[in-house]
Amino acid sequence: MRIVIWVVEGTWQGCVDAASRSLPSGAQVALLHVTPSDVAEVAGAATTGLLGRAFAGRRPARSFRDVADAAASELLADAAARLGRQDAELLRRRGRVEREVIRAVAENVDLLVVARDGDHSRLGPHSLGPATRFVVDHAPCAVLLVWPDQPPGIESIPPPPPPGHHLPPDRD
Amino acid sequence: MPGPIAETLAGVLLVATLASAVVRPWGLPEAVVAVPAAGLLLLLGILPLTQAGAEARSLAPTIGFLAAVLVLASLCDRFGLFEAAGSWMASGSRGRPVTLLALVFAIASTVTAVLSLDATVVLLTPVVFATVARLRLRAKPHVYACTHLANSASLLLPVSNLTNLLAFSASGLSFVRFGATMALPWLAAIAVEWLVLRRFFAVDLVGHAEPVAGTRSPVPVFACVVVVLTLLGFFVTSLLHIAPAFAALGGAVTLAVPALVSRRATVRDVGLALEVPFLAFVLALGLIVKAVSVHGLGSLVSHLVPGGTSLGALLLIAVIAAVLANLINNLPAVLLLLPAASVAGPGAVLAVLIGVNTGPNLTYVGSLATLLWRRVLRERGEELPLSEFVRLGALTVPLVLVASTVALWVSLRLMG
Repeated sequence: MRIVIWVVEGTWQGCVDAASRSLPSGAQVALLHVTPSDVAEVAGAATTGLLGRAFAGRRPARSFRDVADAAASELLADAAARLGRQDAELLRRRGRVEREVIRAVAENVDLLVVARDGDHSRLGPHSLGPATRFVVDHAPCAVLLVWPDQPPGIESIPPPPPPGHHLPPDRD
Repeated sequence: MPGPIAETLAGVLLVATLASAVVRPWGLPEAVVAVPAAGLLLLLGILPLTQAGAEARSLAPTIGFLAAVLVLASLCDRFGLFEAAGSWMASGSRGRPVTLLALVFAIASTVTAVLSLDATVVLLTPVVFATVARLRLRAKPHVYACTHLANSASLLLPVSNLTNLLAFSASGLSFVRFGATMALPWLAAIAVEWLVLRRFFAVDLVGHAEPVAGTRSPVPVFACVVVVLTLLGFFVTSLLHIAPAFAALGGAVTLAVPALVSRRATVRDVGLALEVPFLAFVLALGLIVKAVSVHGLGSLVSHLVPGGTSLGALLLIAVIAAVLANLINNLPAVLLLLPAASVAGPGAVLAVLIGVNTGPNLTYVGSLATLLWRRVLRERGEELPLSEFVRLGALTVPLVLVASTVALWVSLRLMG
């Protein structure tokens, strides 16, 4: 069995912990991190956008890309250590996050572990961020959706609708 | 030379200058095309020497002011001011991404207002990026905040943006009056950016930062004191009717001498920080735009710019300026609009600034040309998912334009 754990800043610890609790023994594990390419892109291009100031003397010492790559590598190494699986394969990708995740699990993957990234106070269709939503919808394998921290209690369910009321058709 | 030919040639040279500044063939400085283009206009008599001289004289103090601010910001970096700001944001956020975003807003708005948008883009953004990576939070909201605020928080003072410096000399306003009138529009712009970004990036503002190992960068007290004194100097010189550029020069020299003595910076570093090619580019661009203005486009623009300081007129001016800034970039836009706007009064000049400063967040750092160029890059196989940037701009720019212009209108009423 081959399992991919998608780690993201802010939620990775809970995600790794939840995955380690449900890992079948003998499973092959890969840890995946995707750096959104637009962030370094926007930051770098803001410099080029300053008309007339493109001058070699003002380039930052380390490119945004290098900083992001180093941070991603460290995050993956820490995730492997937290998982206690130094044999885990580390997948570092860059691009449009949701598409890179799907690409990484497109073949020979049985399970993708994903952290919910929404806000506990607004449970509902939008409690998943756009990238996570896309991944859940399009992953060609089973998806294990885990809470990165404490799951909400049963009291988070809203009161039932009044009799005769039908749920609106899902427009997502 | 017959009018239509002169007009066309001036227009072609302006387009060539802007295009080469965006494309930068062989990585050459922008001045390499701009300066010969301006020279050609002078040589052919399309821009008469007397008018060129007048334009150069009116631009010279602005360019001096710009040079002093560039050196001041660069020396602040040498003294570790931006690193210290990064440390301060990291510890002040206490690991909470929303608190960190608030601190990024505070620092980016202040740095932009006092040390100019260049300092935010070139010196602060990399520090914010590294700080967020170190805290292991998602970089997107914080980096987008820096790039947005570099534009929309550059309304406050003449030093905040080169467009402001150009308008400042044309408006006849004092430094104090400029700042006092633009305080409300500046706050309105920041408030709108906060409300929109906070919601837009709600999903990326999750989790908790991880404890960071390593030492805290010390606060460079001397550099901070010099910056505060320079800021006070702007107001004092303005009250004494001395050019505030001298305050900037004073600040730059006060930082440069100890930096050179302690070998934080070499003479070469200070020379590079002066960015002579950029200063030459600004002067040349000013002359080229002048040539285009005297040959017809100026009168077309003056028909476009409405007179009066009614709310409707101010809004219309801000929108025209924003559209023009997106079409041809904000430097040439402000140079084209200023002559007509300064006839209509300081209110109109400040409305132009709201448009040219905040408009650039719409089409990717300020110019349609940049956007088109990026499309070419994409066709070469570089993937650039920028739809999010454009969507965010489409949300913030109209709101910021309206909020800031209404605030300007209120300010003008309050200031009398």
